Amino acid sequence: MASLWEYANPRKFMGTSGALLPWVSYGAGACLVVGLFWGFFFTPDDYRQGSTVKIIYLHVPAALMAINAWFMMLVASLIWIVRRHHVSALAAKAAAPIGAVMTVIALLTGAIWGQPMWGTWWAWDPRLTSFLILFLFYLGYIALWSAIENDDTAADLTSVLCLVGSVFAVLSRYAVNFWNQGLHQGASLSLDKEENVADVFYLPLLVCIAGFVLLFLALVLLRTRTEIRARRTRALLARERMA
Amino acid sequence: MMPDLGKYADAVLSAYGVSLALIFGLVALSLWQSRRALASLREIEARKDHDHGA
Repeated sequence: MASLWEYANPRKFMGTSGALLPWVSYGAGACLVVGLFWGFFFTPDDYRQGSTVKIIYLHVPAALMAINAWFMMLVASLIWIVRRHHVSALAAKAAAPIGAVMTVIALLTGAIWGQPMWGTWWAWDPRLTSFLILFLFYLGYIALWSAIENDDTAADLTSVLCLVGSVFAVLSRYAVNFWNQGLHQGASLSLDKEENVADVFYLPLLVCIAGFVLLFLALVLLRTRTEIRARRTRALLARERMA
Repeated sequence: MMPDLGKYADAVLSAYGVSLALIFGLVALSLWQSRRALASLREIEARKDHDHGA
């Protein structure tokens, strides 16, 4: 079996990701279409929340990916710091806009869901606030990459920012457990049957989560390939100017 | 076919509308950037090959 470190070679990464990308994209499309159609058209209303429960199929997967995208960036940043593999730094850079969009979807769908259920679009609740801070970290991370011309320096500084931001990614996940206050409920998916959502909502939700995970993976592969090509273009242009 | 969303129809439909628009926007932007990066790289590689051939 090929070692994971072989993919630090851009040529090897481009070959494997090129072969994987169509399958991951088709898988993402299929899971999203099936999950969202199932959830929207074929699940009943909740006895307390009415039809707003259908927002769960977007809100929960987006929130999960908002946090996990940051953790993926953290792992890639640590690989950059320790082993200086450019592909890992570029993968972290590629994942940031996807994580930012997932955070916006989680915040917006949460506000739209919160208004009829809580009577307010926003509350300075621990989970909502930590999610907002996570979004600001995403913006800061993207801005820092764009502000620095040298790729290696940008990768170094953004990796440090990623380490700091991980505190808020953890807080976003566990804020409800740390502070027993605020409007947001606990985790929707739990091994505890009492806490978990009812089975009728659970299965389409799992399909939607699979769709969001595959979509994230497909976009990370696509965007990392773009970053590798852009880096090669910059290197060739620099060589041309030197000649 | 359309389920009866009752008094929360606006909330549910706007949540789906906003989310799908953002997802499609992100996918479209990523594809556009990918094509642009590939075109730039091909152009400069073709120029390099031409210069070496000349």
